[in-house]
Amino acid sequence: MTTLDQPAARPEARGAPPEKGRRLPRPRRRRDRALFWFLLPGIAVLLLFQYVPLLGNVIAFQDYQPFIGIMHSRWSGLDNFSVLFDGDQQFLHALVNTLELTLIQVVFVFPAPILLALALNSLVSERIKKWVQNVLYLPHFLSWVVVVSLFQQMLGNDGLLNLFLRAHEMGSWNIIGNPDLFKALLTSQVIWKDTGWGTILFLAALSRVDNDLYEAAAADGASRLRQTWHVTLPALRGLVVLLLILRLGDALSVGFEQILLQQNGVGLDSSQVLDTYVYNNGLVGGQWGVSAAVGLVKGVVGVVLVLGANKVAHLFGEEGVYRS
Amino acid sequence: MTTLSPSHPVRRRPRRSYSAVPGETPGSPPWRAAKSLLLLVCVVLVLLPFLAILSTSLAHPDQVNRAGGYVLWPDHVTLAAYRALLSGGLVSRAMLVSVGVTVVGTGLSLGCSVSLAYGLSRPGSLGHKPVLMMLLMTMLFAPGVIPGYLMIKELHLINSYWSLILPTMINAFNVIVLRSFFMNIPRELVDAARIDGASELSILCRIVLPLSKASVAVIGLFYAVTYWNAFFNALLYINDAAKWPMQMVLRTYVVNNSALGAGQVNAAAGAPIPPAPSLQAAILVLSVVPIVLIYPFLQRHMNKGVMVGAVKG
Repeated sequence: MTTLDQPAARPEARGAPPEKGRRLPRPRRRRDRALFWFLLPGIAVLLLFQYVPLLGNVIAFQDYQPFIGIMHSRWSGLDNFSVLFDGDQQFLHALVNTLELTLIQVVFVFPAPILLALALNSLVSERIKKWVQNVLYLPHFLSWVVVVSLFQQMLGNDGLLNLFLRAHEMGSWNIIGNPDLFKALLTSQVIWKDTGWGTILFLAALSRVDNDLYEAAAADGASRLRQTWHVTLPALRGLVVLLLILRLGDALSVGFEQILLQQNGVGLDSSQVLDTYVYNNGLVGGQWGVSAAVGLVKGVVGVVLVLGANKVAHLFGEEGVYRS
Repeated sequence: MTTLSPSHPVRRRPRRSYSAVPGETPGSPPWRAAKSLLLLVCVVLVLLPFLAILSTSLAHPDQVNRAGGYVLWPDHVTLAAYRALLSGGLVSRAMLVSVGVTVVGTGLSLGCSVSLAYGLSRPGSLGHKPVLMMLLMTMLFAPGVIPGYLMIKELHLINSYWSLILPTMINAFNVIVLRSFFMNIPRELVDAARIDGASELSILCRIVLPLSKASVAVIGLFYAVTYWNAFFNALLYINDAAKWPMQMVLRTYVVNNSALGAGQVNAAAGAPIPPAPSLQAAILVLSVVPIVLIYPFLQRHMNKGVMVGAVKG
C-alpha cells in the first residue's frame, strides 16, 4: 500500500542513508521510539472493534443459539453455507437485487458527477460556480434517514408532488411504496445525495488539465465537443478507472441503510439485498448461523473483488488504488 | 465627462478572459444556456425540499390543513410545532442524546485519531509498518453486522451510549488525512524543538497541532457529522426509546409515519397539538439544522481534505 504514503514523506525516507532494505539508522529508530505510545489508544480501539469481532464469524460454522453463547453452541460444519447453493428463494432474490442495483447504479449514478463537473467546469463566472457547488455539496452531509424522509415528504402519497397533481386534477402518482419503481427511487436518491459531492474529484482533475492542449486542439479546428472528447475526457481516465475499481469492490453492498429504511412499504421481493438479508434473517429472524455465513462470504468476495479489480487496472496500465 | 476623467477611473471589474479557465473556449450561446439551465434545475431540486419542509414546519395549522399537507411558503409564521416538540418529551430528549453523543464522540475520535496519526507520521518508528497496515486493512473489510453485534453484546454495551461511539471511533480515512498533514510539517521545526529538550507530547501539542489547526478542525467536523447522522448503530444497539438519538426518532415518526401522540409532544395547556405534517417537518428541520450550521466551516476546507486523502501523489 505504498502509494498511500504521501509523496512528501518519501524524500525523507530516502534522505536516510540507503542501507540494506528500508532500515533506518539506529539513532533515529531509538529517537522515534516514544512515538509508539501515541499508537496505543488507536491500536486498542482497532483491535477491539475491528479485529476481535472478526472472531465472531465462527458462528457461521455453528448452530448458534444466543442463550447458550459461542462457547457452547453446537458446531455444524459447512451446513450454514448450503443456503448459498441450494437455490434458496430469499437468498437468490437478495443476490439478484444486489447485482441489478449495482449495475443500474454504475450506469446511471457513476457518470452523473462527470457530467455535472463538465457543466460546472466551463461556467464563466467563478462566483456562481462556487455558489452552485456549495449548494450541491450539501446533501452529501445529510443522513440517509433525512434523505429518505425528504423524498417521502416530496413524492409520497400525501407529499408535495401529489398534492400539486391533485390540485390541478392530474390524478396522483404512486411512487413511494411501489415495488416496480423501487429501484428507480433508490437510484434517484443516490443521485440526489451524492452527485454534487462526487464532482469534487473530477473538478480537481479538470483544473489540472494543461490549457495549451485546448488551445492546440482549437488551433487544429477541434469543435467544443471534440475538445471535450479528445482532451478533457482522457484527462479524467485515471480517476474514472480508480473510482470504478472502488465501486466494483463494493459491488455487493448497495445502500444498506437507505434500503432498510424503505423496505416496509414495498415488500422484500423487490427490496431485499444481501446486507438487509443478513440483518433481517439474522438479527431480526434469529437465523444467526446462516446470516453470518452469508455475511462472511460477502465480505471475502468483496476483498477479492477489490484486489482483482486493482490487478486488472494494472494490466491496463493504470495506477489503480495501490501498488505493492 | 468628469466621471470618465483619468483621475476618476470608472471601476470596472476586470473581465475574465475565457482562456483563464481550463477548457474555456466559449461555447455557442445555446450550449451555454443549456448548461446554465441544467445547473439551475439541479440547484432547485436540491433546495426545494428544504424550502417546503421549513415552510411547513413554520406555517399556521389552518394553512397546513387547507393545503392538505405541505406548503411552499407560510402566510403566518408560528413556532407552535417547535414549542410542542422541544418542551420536554421524546424529541427534546433525543436532541440531547444526539448532541451528547456527537460532542463526546467527536472529542474521543479526534483525540484518538490525532494521536494515531502523529504516531504514524514518521516512517521507520517502532511499530509504524504493522500499525499502518492494520489501519489500512480496516478500509478493505468491516467486521460485518452480526459479529459487530455479538461483540457489543459480549461487552454488555447494549442500550449504552458507548455503543454509539466506540465502534465508529476511528475512521481510517480521516487518520490518513491527518497523518499526511502532519508529515508535511517541516522536519526542522520538530528537530529544533527536540534539541531544546521537548518531549514528543509537547512537540505534538506546541508545534504540530498549532500548525495544523485548520485540518484538525475539519476532521473534527467530519467526525461530528458522522456521529450526528449515525442511525444503524442506534437501531441495532439501543432498544430503549428513551435513549434514542434524533435519527431514530426521525425514522420512527417521519419515515415510518407513526403517530405522534401526547406522550411525544407537549402542547401548551389548552392549545391543540399542531398538525402532523408540521410536526414531522419540524422534526426533520431539527435533525438537519446542526449540519447546516457547521456547513459553512466545513465547505471552506473540505476540498483540501478530500483531495489530500483521496488523490494519491
